[in-house]
Amino acid sequence: MRFGIVVFPGSNCDYDTLHVLKYVVKQEAYFLWHKDHDLKNADCVILPGGFSYGDYLRSGAIARFSPLMQEVKEFALCGGIVLGICNGFQVLLELGLLPGAMLRNKNLKFLCQNVHLRIENTDTPFTNKGKPGQVLNIPIAHFDGNYYIDGPNLDKIKKNNQILLRYSSADGLLTEKDNFNGSLDCIAGLVNENKNVLGMMPHPERASETLLGSRDGHIIFDSIIDYIKNDR
Amino acid sequence: MIDDSIIKEHGLTQEEYKRITDLIKREPNLTELGIFSLMWSEHCSYKSSKVHLKKYPTSGKNVIQGPGENAGIIDIGNGLAVVFKIESHNHPSFIEPYQGAATGVGGILRDIFTMGARPIASLDSLRFGPLSVPKNKTVMEGVVSGIAGYGNSIGVPTVGGETYFDECYSLNPLVNVFCLGIAKKDKIFYSRAEGIRNPVLYVGSKTGRDGIHGATMASAEFGEDLEQKRPNVQVGDPFKEKLLLEACLEVMEKNLVLGIQDMGAAGLTCSTTEMAANSGTGIEIDIDLIPQREQGMTPYEIMLSESQERMLIVAQKEKVKQAQAVFAKWDLDAVIIGHVTDTQNLKVKSGGKTVVDIPVGAVINQCPVYNREAKPPAPTTPVIDSNDIPFPENYEQIFLQIIKLPGLADKEWIFRQYDHMVQTNTSVLPGADASVLRIKNTDKALAVTLDGNSFYTYANPRSGGTIAVAEACRNLACVGATPLGVTNCLNFGNPEKSEIMWQFKEAVQGIAQACRAFQIPVTGGNVSFYNETEGIPIYPTPVLGVVGVIDGLDKIMTPEFKAPGDTILLLGENKEELGASEYIKQIHSKKGGPPPEIDLRKEKRVQSLCLEAISKKMIKSAHDVSEGGLAQCLAECCLIGKNKIGCHINLEDKIRTDALLFGETQSRILISLEEKQKDAFESLARNRKVPYSIIGKTGGENILIKQLGEKIIDIPIQKVYMLWKSSLSGFFKVQ
Repeated sequence: MRFGIVVFPGSNCDYDTLHVLKYVVKQEAYFLWHKDHDLKNADCVILPGGFSYGDYLRSGAIARFSPLMQEVKEFALCGGIVLGICNGFQVLLELGLLPGAMLRNKNLKFLCQNVHLRIENTDTPFTNKGKPGQVLNIPIAHFDGNYYIDGPNLDKIKKNNQILLRYSSADGLLTEKDNFNGSLDCIAGLVNENKNVLGMMPHPERASETLLGSRDGHIIFDSIIDYIKNDR
Repeated sequence: MIDDSIIKEHGLTQEEYKRITDLIKREPNLTELGIFSLMWSEHCSYKSSKVHLKKYPTSGKNVIQGPGENAGIIDIGNGLAVVFKIESHNHPSFIEPYQGAATGVGGILRDIFTMGARPIASLDSLRFGPLSVPKNKTVMEGVVSGIAGYGNSIGVPTVGGETYFDECYSLNPLVNVFCLGIAKKDKIFYSRAEGIRNPVLYVGSKTGRDGIHGATMASAEFGEDLEQKRPNVQVGDPFKEKLLLEACLEVMEKNLVLGIQDMGAAGLTCSTTEMAANSGTGIEIDIDLIPQREQGMTPYEIMLSESQERMLIVAQKEKVKQAQAVFAKWDLDAVIIGHVTDTQNLKVKSGGKTVVDIPVGAVINQCPVYNREAKPPAPTTPVIDSNDIPFPENYEQIFLQIIKLPGLADKEWIFRQYDHMVQTNTSVLPGADASVLRIKNTDKALAVTLDGNSFYTYANPRSGGTIAVAEACRNLACVGATPLGVTNCLNFGNPEKSEIMWQFKEAVQGIAQACRAFQIPVTGGNVSFYNETEGIPIYPTPVLGVVGVIDGLDKIMTPEFKAPGDTILLLGENKEELGASEYIKQIHSKKGGPPPEIDLRKEKRVQSLCLEAISKKMIKSAHDVSEGGLAQCLAECCLIGKNKIGCHINLEDKIRTDALLFGETQSRILISLEEKQKDAFESLARNRKVPYSIIGKTGGENILIKQLGEKIIDIPIQKVYMLWKSSLSGFFKVQ
């Protein structure tokens, strides 16, 4: 399995993602330079976390113009598996591969902490290893993670089961308190209509080793691997 | 012409000016004077502190680089080295908290990656005035967001530190920033300008008027344009620094540079003169080639600018194109501005004319050194007689008051604004005795802690210094780490006052003594004098940063209780010591000593035992007893982490109850272990001659403390938790 990790200027979870995929999940993984026009035959493209272009102007707003984004867009539109984590999610929104937008966290502060996530749909390339309603423990670290989408489109993504992960309590309940950043409908991660593109604010690469406190991030990576294997 | 008022405005004395004219055998021009004044400033020259800092032990078998470079370096095996340093950014953080703190982080990060190391963690020691004063809250909020804004963006986790509050910091907050990096042992780079005719590259942000030596520049009498001068605090651009970090590490990895130094304090002046002086060479640069952000900058302004995110590099002629290509890949300016010469002079040209031509040796090595008068203050710090401290009526109430003191309460409000997990090495979350970072692809972890109780140092500078080292090492022992090396940031008042100099001298002596006892070298740091406003100095505040190593990832220890039914033991002894404690300061409003006694031999035995017990997997938790005393320590063992296990304690000491609960006697560690390990541990402790007592059991939902069988405290953990957790955030509107 080949994972291509896009490096933008300002990406800072690129090495973390590479480490997990290469040494923990033990797959082939490599960097893709944002100025190139080559996905190097990746089976899955990952847009990692960080502050692409310093998050200046607006998170992800400049990175969407990186040359490689043309290829990423085509790849996604042809059904290729794309995962955007944190800043990568923000870039996917700016690219128009996912609907909606991010606002500042409701407390107007950067938030770095462990959160609980409830899996809402297991019938996707990203969650097929999970159980419906399963609660994952994965950390967040962002300033702009307060997801927003307008009413009609919210109905649409709900109807189409595009909401994949929701912030919840440890028991899987949706509460105001556990929705730390104030996201609409507690949305922490969602897929596109075809379900081959996932954007999620929490960092699965930070939750893939026992030493770091949680291995729940494996569900995401293992699901992708399983899906691509069976798809071939 | 240079007249007396210009000399004075540059902070130079008449004698120092005379020395300059003697050294260069003529009158300097204004730009040259500016260069001397910066490099001979206290900040750059250490002229008042040098004689005392010599007392530090600085060598050891693992030391690769001691004081004098951008940062200290210690060998940790596996072909790797740790590069670390602490620095202050106090004054800028008070003037403009966000940018002051942010550029503090930016500066220390550059010190680390300049040497070829990838920064893997930052820590901060912060001191503010009481949060009951709105201005102090504003400063704290700005400083914390500044650290977050810079560190989060560049992707270096801020994993820990310390925060104290005291009146003395109201007009003089302290922001000390520590950074740690990892380098390959054979890929370390130094500040050198080698190889005559080799090109000198300027890399990074363009130069602007920010941070120019303020007082002098605000004056119009130099005949300069009357255009508005920028404020004296620099503005940080973490994105630019991230590019600089990646690009520098890439040219280093590819062996494309010979020498490199960041342009921090004193900017271009410091980097050119130091690099040349370190190599016995000279440097010639053309100021017109320097990328500039603003028009009409004079050579004086360009040489003295402290614009951020800039580097000076010397490369081999034949490799310079390749190096430039790497910088271009990262969208950075990399311009050849001059070359290395054999003149041993710094020569600066502008518009074809030579505007500076001075020997670098005079600038770097000939600054006068002062052995300033040092004598104890009169009157000395008061000594508190414990007979004057009334016994509290209700210990539970006092306990709850102490738990929620901002300095002792949970710091989540701060650290959740910091990305403390990026780089996926953070093995122990903030809030423990020390921060622990695993080293990828090895079985090792590094542990780091910052420590320094300025109230102790105020009460007795020497023991304050000693205790800071002892406690930092104790913190490391509690997570299972053996100390490797020390960096220190010495924050003091005006050294021209004899009592301040005395505090400094004594504190340094105390630190040196402890470092010798623990056999750990001091590899560098920073001295920050003149921390006084309106003539009122801060408490003398040495902050110690100690780095240690844990051999074996399965030997990382944490403070919280792990399971009900475990036995709780206290290593060390409880003594009736109340001086300089949080308890007498906060509850009884008494400011005085003496600080707790410290016996370094005993301290070492306690720490060694703790480390041995961890390494033999005998114990399940370890936590240092420090500010707030035994009661606070017990509470933290119950409250930190997810477990939230209560405890049932009975103390047999026949001393004052308040001293027993809240006294800050040194050399104590609270541990818990499984019943079946008890005998083995007891025999080990006896063998190692460490006094200990079995004080209770974990379990239940209350913190229950008895003295001689009589119940003193019995409170549900949940109640304590709420107070401890919400205290700090309660001061701020946005939680």
